[in-house]
Parts: sequence; structure tokens; C-alpha cells
Amino acid sequence: MRNLISLLAGAVFGAGLFISGMTDTAKVQGWLDIFGNWDPTLAFVLGGAILPMFVAWRMTPGRRPLTATLFPPQPPVRIDARLAVGSALFGAGWGLSGLCPGPAMASLAYGGSLHWIFFAAMVAGMVLTPSLLRMFQR
Amino acid sequence: MEADWIWGLAGGLLIGFAGAIYLWGNGRIMGASGILGGLVDGSASNEWLERGLFIVGVVLMPALLYPLFNEVNTHISPNYAVLIGGGLLVGIGTRVANGCTSGHGVCGISRLSLRGIAATVFYLLAGGVSVLVFRHLLGVI
Repeated sequence: MRNLISLLAGAVFGAGLFISGMTDTAKVQGWLDIFGNWDPTLAFVLGGAILPMFVAWRMTPGRRPLTATLFPPQPPVRIDARLAVGSALFGAGWGLSGLCPGPAMASLAYGGSLHWIFFAAMVAGMVLTPSLLRMFQR
Repeated sequence: MEADWIWGLAGGLLIGFAGAIYLWGNGRIMGASGILGGLVDGSASNEWLERGLFIVGVVLMPALLYPLFNEVNTHISPNYAVLIGGGLLVGIGTRVANGCTSGHGVCGISRLSLRGIAATVFYLLAGGVSVLVFRHLLGVI
């Protein structure tokens, strides 16, 4: 059942990313280009996505998910250097390439080989991160 | 495509519904970098099928929709340095920050999570500066 739900959620997510324009790097870079020819489309994507999720979160108190005992616990309120530095690195790469992790996957099947190069580099970065974090914490 | 904002809004709603399905079905936060990252770095090896099937859905659905639309272009950079540098930054950054546009952005903001909102402010600012530097100052994108 959990596997089926995952597949369904992934399929709906992929459809949303595709039709919203999130897989179009020019659109993403246009949205981030606040000093140039700004494209507001992505505000509609983010706003549209937050709406159902807001309702979904509001309904959670006192209830439980279909296949689990608990909803995800509240995250810590602390905003640490890790969150700030990681998000800044991510944003720099997002602006440079126009792709974030979801659209990087959603464009693999039709975007061509250049998308696979980006995806491979992104996965390499993800695999390297635990070692990088250990290096800096030492 | 004309009326881009209608497609943006419709696609956005689907993304939100997907997050709601994942939350109410599996009790999990739908974050693309977390689902993929846990799979490739081995930290979630007991959930490989669940996570793998999510990714299968994300990859396959656009392939099914693609033939229905004409003139789909991702405008991806042909510059290998941009692709590899950008990919590394996105991969490392999202794992260090424990989330990306879907986890911190969509799921975090909608929960009014301070961490999600702060992360989104940081990566949007960095993204704006990145486009300013690489497009308008260096001219590589």
C-alpha cells in the first residue's frame, strides 16, 4: 500500500512539475532574474502548491495517516548555519542551472542527455555530502 | 505557451495535491531532495522500494504527458561546466540544508515552519544573486 501511494504521489508530482513550467530552466531563471526581465509565473506555481498542502496540514491534528502511526513531528525552530549555508549553495546552483531536484528528475525522460549530466552531478553531490559534513565538523 | 500563469497555477495545485497524498498516505513530507538523497547515500536503505517508486512516478509521468504538448523545450544550458557545477551545488546544498523547493518551500511554508520559510528566503536570495552574477555580470547563462 505504501509503495502504491508513493508511486501515485510521484506521478502527480511529476505531472505538476511538467505542466507548471518548473522543468523549463528559462522560466525558472526568469523568475530568479529580479534585476532583469522578471517572469512572475513561478509565484503561481508556489502559491498553487502551498494551497492544498496548507489544508492538508490543517487537517492533521487528532488524526493519523493511512499507513503510518504518526504525522511528521514539528521540526526544531532553530535556524542554524547548516540551513543557511546549504540553502545558499542550493540557490546558487538553482540560479546557475535553472533546475532544482524535483524538476531535475521530471525532465530526465524527455529532456535529453544534458539533463542526465546535470542529474549525475547532483547525485554525486548528494553522495559526497555526508563526507563533506564530517570533514567540516572535525 | 500563452497564459503561462494558468499552467503554472494548475501545475502548482497538482504539486500540492501530490504532497497531500504523500503526507496523508505515508505520513511523510514530500521532499524531492530528501527522497532521492536518502536513496543514493544509503541512509534510507530499508525504504528503497518506496522511495524508488516515487521517483519512477516523477520520471515516467512527464514522459507520458510530453507527446500531448507541442514545443516543449527545457532551454537547458549546453555548457558542461554550468551543468556539472550547478548539479554539484544543488546536490550538496539541498542535503546540507535538509531540503529543497518541495520540502522546505511547498511543505515547510504551508506548515508555517520557520525553518522552511527561512530556507526559502535564503535559496531565493542566492538564486537571484546567482542569476545576476552568471547572466548579467559574467554572461555565461
